[in-house]
Amino acid sequence: MEFAVSQILSGISLGGQYALIAIGYTMVYGILRLINFAHGDVFMIAGIMMIYMATTLPLYIAIPAMIICTVLLGFLIERAAYKPLRAAPRMSVMISAIGVSYLLQNLALYITGGQPKTYPRIPWISDTVTIFGARTYVVTLVTPFLVIALVVALTLLINHTKIGIAMRAVSKDFETSQLMGVKINTVISVTFIIGSFLAAVGSVLYFTNYPTVVPMSGAMPGLKAFVAAVFGGIGSIPGAVIGAFIIGICETLIKGTDYAIFSDAFTFALLIVILVAKPTGIFGEKTTDKV
Amino acid sequence: MLNEKKKLNKGSLITLIIILVFLIATIVLENTINPNSLLFTVIRKAAVYSLVAVSMNLLNGFTGLFSLGQAGFMLLGAYTYAILTIPNDVRDIIYYLFQGSSFHVSTVGFFEGILGDTGVAAFISMILGVIIAIVAGGLVAALVAYLIGLPVLRLKSDYLAIATLGFAEILRAIFQWDKLGKITNGANALRGYPTFSDFNIKAENGATVLRLSSFIPLLFAGICILVIVLLINSSYGRAFKAIRDDEVAAEAMGINLAKHKMMSFCISSFFAGVGGALFAMFASTVQAKTFTSAMTYEIFLIVVIGGIGSISGSCIASFLYIACSEWWLRFLDNTQYINGTQLPLFRNGFRMVVFSVVIMVIVLFFRDGLFGDKELPDLFKKRRVKKDGE
Repeated sequence: MEFAVSQILSGISLGGQYALIAIGYTMVYGILRLINFAHGDVFMIAGIMMIYMATTLPLYIAIPAMIICTVLLGFLIERAAYKPLRAAPRMSVMISAIGVSYLLQNLALYITGGQPKTYPRIPWISDTVTIFGARTYVVTLVTPFLVIALVVALTLLINHTKIGIAMRAVSKDFETSQLMGVKINTVISVTFIIGSFLAAVGSVLYFTNYPTVVPMSGAMPGLKAFVAAVFGGIGSIPGAVIGAFIIGICETLIKGTDYAIFSDAFTFALLIVILVAKPTGIFGEKTTDKV
Repeated sequence: MLNEKKKLNKGSLITLIIILVFLIATIVLENTINPNSLLFTVIRKAAVYSLVAVSMNLLNGFTGLFSLGQAGFMLLGAYTYAILTIPNDVRDIIYYLFQGSSFHVSTVGFFEGILGDTGVAAFISMILGVIIAIVAGGLVAALVAYLIGLPVLRLKSDYLAIATLGFAEILRAIFQWDKLGKITNGANALRGYPTFSDFNIKAENGATVLRLSSFIPLLFAGICILVIVLLINSSYGRAFKAIRDDEVAAEAMGINLAKHKMMSFCISSFFAGVGGALFAMFASTVQAKTFTSAMTYEIFLIVVIGGIGSISGSCIASFLYIACSEWWLRFLDNTQYINGTQLPLFRNGFRMVVFSVVIMVIVLFFRDGLFGDKELPDLFKKRRVKKDGE
């Protein structure tokens, strides 16, 4: 019983952390039709920045500073690596994303010197609590609520503000919305800023649970979050969140069995099944190709 | 008559001469200068990578199927090769964690049984065994590609990319599964099989007579690349390019999309498998954790640097890429001094940062890569045309 509770709790929490990353993927894909391979690495860099900032600054300054820097990083990546390729074929942008991911990983390797770094303990959320006899971190309980709060805020932003309307217009039809006077570059920058912000928050939650940061620690969560985004229907925020929770829970449950080595593989198997059976995901809109 | 003229134009001739000079220079250098020089590591690794890059180019550049599964197929080829060629007498030592292997056929041993296991006979049976195992590695990769292709080739562009990437990850997990340990040795390394250095011809007393350990990978990779070039210039190759340029138009012209896509996918995977087997020979150990998606990205970046849709571009790019990352930029990793003052930034890992910045510059500002979709012979041809014009 205790084992089952703790498994499900950590599954939900892992799902929440994936959800925060997945939103970044799904929003960028919705607008630019780009798999932002660098997003997982932005998440990893957020973790590394936190480690270095926490050694010199008190936590109440370090956390906001880290979030601001991550947002800045996301913004700069978009401006430097994706904006010059706006008119280029989609494949070039994707290549650029792979290049950025490679650059960020090597940069992290250089900064950390290849040594695994330990994430700082954050008071309160790193404390352990006991629920139904299962010991777990406070962060496990906080994550789902924080995720839901952030998603609600994001949905309000998208549905009720001017920039939100612009975002929806751009994701519907890039060219037409440009003709209608939507400032494409601003919309895309805001998308990247929101995505990076959520990834930064996600990194605090994720690395509190798994406190070792290496240059590759962004790659797998990134890919899984992307799978979650595809699972939920790419471009759909609620879809990405639900997909992320399902993947997080399934992964944690598999990790508790003899087939632990397949916990990553399961995610991809799920992806392939979804892509073959219902390529638009659970909440995706149907599109028809015109010749 | 016309065909002959076409085949033997000046550009192709110059290219052929360059390749031959390179092959001869490799043999000569290897037998004259220090065989432990980094140059030979670069040549061996780059030969393997150029084959894999060309196989990826066949799919991404010529058929327009954006697949990121190359590392997975390399893994299949590498494991098949290693499992088939590990000599029977060391097999149980390597598989000691799983109380021995359940697989007791060694292709090299099989030929030794027929031809004898001493002197020249042993050498010939080693070569035959290795070649058969390499081809088997390719076939296994192609077979798995066929099975994977049935569902995923219906997907388009980035969905296909992510699905193939996913399959590569699944394959990696399967090979690390300890239930299959008796075959794959679980997460542990396979070793003890013939590597490139076994191709050095030795005299009776053990002294090396002729070193071929860098020539052999070039030869193997060269033959495979030649086959791919011939394929691309055939009617199948034209069908692939038609699919790349416009799927709908190609279908309207009577090209069977599903068949040709599957064919391209399987052939590309076959050569990726062969490349994986060669990589196993280069690395002298095989471990599933080497074949990550980072490896696929690396190969993909080589294809991009060389120019998507250019075979010679992929080859030259992989030599440049490997030479830069393994050899020329090494100095960036060491602390450097000028007039006794230590320069900042120079320490372990700086090489890869500089390297990835260079790659980003290429990706952003030289999107066509080195060659665009041109080939090496075209460059010489162009120069000639210009001269005629003058």
